[in-house]
Amino acid sequence: MDWFYQFPSMDDNALRNLKKVIDETFRGFTRNYGDLIEGFFAPLQHFLIASERFMTKTPWPIITLLILAIAWGATRSIRIAAGCLVTLLLIGYFDMWDDTMRTISMIFVCTILSIAIGLPIGILMSRSDRVQRVVNPVLDVMQTMPSFVYLIPVVMLLGIGKVPGLIAVVIYAIPPMIRLTNLGIRLVDKDVLEAADAFGADNRQKLFKVQLPLALPTIMAGINQTIMMALAMVVIASMIGVQGLGQPVLKAIANQYFTLGIFNGLAIVGIAIMFDRVSQAYGERLQKHREVVHG
Amino acid sequence: MAEHAFGGIAIRHLYKIFGPNAGAHVEAVRNGLTKTELNERHGHVLGLRDINIEMPSGSIQVIMGLSGSGKSTLIRHINRLIDPTAGEVLVDGVDVVKMPEAELREFRRHQTAMVFQKFALLPHRSVLDNTIFGLEIQGIARAQSIDTAMRWLERVGLKGFEHKYPNQLSGGMQQRVGLARALANDAPVLLMDEAYSALDPLIRTDMQTVLLDLQKEIRKTIVFITHDLDEALRLGDQIAILRDGEVIQQGTSQDIVLRPADNYVANFVKEVNRGRVVHVEAIMAPLGTAAAESGQRIAADLTIEEAVRTLASAPEGDITVVDPSGRPLGTVTFRQLAGAMVNAHETNDHATAIAANAA
Repeated sequence: MDWFYQFPSMDDNALRNLKKVIDETFRGFTRNYGDLIEGFFAPLQHFLIASERFMTKTPWPIITLLILAIAWGATRSIRIAAGCLVTLLLIGYFDMWDDTMRTISMIFVCTILSIAIGLPIGILMSRSDRVQRVVNPVLDVMQTMPSFVYLIPVVMLLGIGKVPGLIAVVIYAIPPMIRLTNLGIRLVDKDVLEAADAFGADNRQKLFKVQLPLALPTIMAGINQTIMMALAMVVIASMIGVQGLGQPVLKAIANQYFTLGIFNGLAIVGIAIMFDRVSQAYGERLQKHREVVHG
Repeated sequence: MAEHAFGGIAIRHLYKIFGPNAGAHVEAVRNGLTKTELNERHGHVLGLRDINIEMPSGSIQVIMGLSGSGKSTLIRHINRLIDPTAGEVLVDGVDVVKMPEAELREFRRHQTAMVFQKFALLPHRSVLDNTIFGLEIQGIARAQSIDTAMRWLERVGLKGFEHKYPNQLSGGMQQRVGLARALANDAPVLLMDEAYSALDPLIRTDMQTVLLDLQKEIRKTIVFITHDLDEALRLGDQIAILRDGEVIQQGTSQDIVLRPADNYVANFVKEVNRGRVVHVEAIMAPLGTAAAESGQRIAADLTIEEAVRTLASAPEGDITVVDPSGRPLGTVTFRQLAGAMVNAHETNDHATAIAANAA
């Protein structure tokens, strides 16, 4: 009756061997292909470095004006632009400017990368139920797997630094982009699509003239979510050497510096709110045509 | 464009069965398997059975039926938004059913244009950009398509609205945009799928007038789907009545009203305002030996209502019915005209109903 009280697990030796084989295979893979893979990600490294250099080396008044110009251009709202200005000035005044710029640069690159990868995958998913069946569980894994777990192989392959951090953030932040692109396209009114068919539109014309424009509000919500999730990963990414607001937070945890932690935490919240308000207001402005509904 | 007389549309032995293994059941349906039997035994739904309709070029063909009769399925076969299970759809002599993908797209771009019940406009585009949609798909330069679009927008009465968004317009105006979008394509075939069913009655009559006026100039082959018999009778040069996926009667409005094929059609026709449909010709007494040259003369193709209107102020007496060249065809009395406006059956039924209620 032993099996009844104790789960009949694999015996210790077999389990140890299994783990050993997998670990060694992966280590061998790392040794043989590590350089190759690093080479593959080299362009990303350049992009990251260039973006970070731009954000930290440009004098602060110019960056502030640039951010305000983007906020104003996207929202046309004095309130939001003023909010951005106050947030940036406070961050600078409390001596967190450089770290904030590094974080913004990182988030910017992550978002661009997530859109560049997520949008085509979302489009493919919306076109085929089979692709959707395959991709959905992968996205579930990406969202629920503790990020420390996939940090291990990434760090083994690429070491500590910006690129592994970027990969970790993108893995965590890309699912909403893919899901909401897929959803947005699938929700496009069937009648309108039929009309496009009736006028002889081919797949390309349907995608660019009908599906993407009509799915845009949903896709914008996806981009917004991606930005928010990327920001949430900043602290974890700092554990593998990504510079920015995450590192002081990490230091604060290790040494119990309460004030240091809360200042940097609030700076992260500040830029999160900035990004959120600006991208949401922009998304709403894109669908102005829906506002005035005839009675 | 080279002058080429458009050859009209012919639908021959068209069958549509919905279900995973539709092709296997066509033969059984041909041999008389009914819609209910097909559904119970094989779980397939019979959409259309042996449809044969000839639509001559330049005329309005109305397809009338209640919901579920298969009329919307039928019109989607003409531009093959739905693939048939068997049969031919010849548009200008070419079988649409056999067209490969690319050719079908070209066919849809240049030979057909469609107007939809729910308008199906692009909400993110202005009225003008919606109107040029078909031309844009064809790959025509924007400047040129804007000229065409503006002309049609003006023609359907939307001048000054071209920069509004569809959501800012009423239903009737949105459907004008739908109509302008279809007309801008300048295709010989215009498919109208319950185009006016979502509009309220006044706007609907208004839009019918717009269509009839336009048709005098453009002379397209129009296929018009409706569930409203009054609309069918007003617009249709030819009418086909559909029930449970089968054509139960085809003919002109005169044929339908005066000689309904069965009780189903007769029931519909009962409610119709006959005075607006039936021509004087249909109720006149053929000319006897002695031509009565005295009295009023009216044209044979006048409707009864029009005839009564013109004769109401005329002196009593025999009325001579003449053909367009002025040759006498027959005679009719004012009493006959008045009598023809009300269906004898209907009055009897009505009287019985009142009697029954009183008892």
